[in-house]
Amino acid sequence: MATVAAVIASTHHPFYYRASTSTGTDRPPFADEWVSKIEAFRETLTRARPDVLVMVGSDHFHQLWLDNMPQFLVGKAPFYDANFYNEEREFGLPRMFLRGHEELSAYLLRQGIDAGFDLSFSNELRIDHSITCPLITLRPQADLPIVPIYTNIFAPPMAQPKRFVELGRTIRQLVESWPSDARVAIIGTGHLSLELGGPRQFGPHGPDPEFDRKAVGWIASGDLESALAEVSLDSLWLPGNATHGFMDFMLMMGVAGDNVKADYSDSLDLFHTMEAYFTWYPEARK
Amino acid sequence: MSKYLLNKFLYTVDRDPELVERYRVDPVGTVAWWETERANVILNVPELERSTWLEFTDAEREALATHDYVTLFELGAHNFLTLTLFIAMFERDYDEPLGFQLEYARKLSHFSLPYPDIST
Repeated sequence: MATVAAVIASTHHPFYYRASTSTGTDRPPFADEWVSKIEAFRETLTRARPDVLVMVGSDHFHQLWLDNMPQFLVGKAPFYDANFYNEEREFGLPRMFLRGHEELSAYLLRQGIDAGFDLSFSNELRIDHSITCPLITLRPQADLPIVPIYTNIFAPPMAQPKRFVELGRTIRQLVESWPSDARVAIIGTGHLSLELGGPRQFGPHGPDPEFDRKAVGWIASGDLESALAEVSLDSLWLPGNATHGFMDFMLMMGVAGDNVKADYSDSLDLFHTMEAYFTWYPEARK
Repeated sequence: MSKYLLNKFLYTVDRDPELVERYRVDPVGTVAWWETERANVILNVPELERSTWLEFTDAEREALATHDYVTLFELGAHNFLTLTLFIAMFERDYDEPLGFQLEYARKLSHFSLPYPDIST
């Protein structure tokens, strides 16, 4: 059976690419510290020697639209083009071209549907920055095949936080039951408190540092019980109007397991939002 | 109220570089053209099979035609769509980094929780 070589949860900050590649007076003062933290985080994936990456993220109204909006979607294609014109325009992100892993996509779809998740699928999916940002930070050579999994954290009505956790647990079980000798890293990105297009946007910190402090604690300690007790679809509007992306962190807590402490955790307080990075190594616990 | 149609306008303009510029320089004309020609086109369906019932309310049309992102927020247009398109149109007019984004926040500062509902 396949091995879960690493479970990684992270924020996806679209400005990292530009900040880390800028020079001279264009280089922001926080860039060096940010790059150093990202390089340390990258090493946590490199050392796991993955063969395949399952990548959990969310389409930001790029390909998926309100006339036909899936809650959970698995890409099943041999290749994925990535990043869109408006991400090039606003964030300076490069166009990318990624290989897919159709066999694992097919397995997750078949088994996931049979496990009670009515997963949507796409045979032609253009990937956006929720998946390319963690590739840029964690695997910039983008040389491994991926299985993209998109969640709706953007357009109400959304699935309940509990459902995200359950999907995470299911993804973990399915990868571990996949008849393959591949080493699979499961990587997901979301947000801590975040405000976009509202009065609290682009402040000196994230819009709700207290939420961020609690959330980082829940993730680092695997405290799903507290996270599920305190977080609801309604409550997530309060820390910031784009904070439903935290549900992708909850999904990744489901992948990592109840009360399983992260083997690596780090954060960085930036303008606009707090960055947070977590890695678990399930193999070490076997 | 047709929040869906507001969002459809913001979404379809934002993804088209020419339309972004056209909306920046001629908001009244672009909104009128879009409502007549594009509002009822279903995005993944041949144009022949268009919808027949989508139109803006007067308040929505006015908010779009005057680049009034404060009213768009109040009407429940999706915050991400509005922000992304308006950054594309107006960030260039500010000298300071994040100058437009911070002014945008200031102009919305009279809103408190809960914000207008963005459900469609």
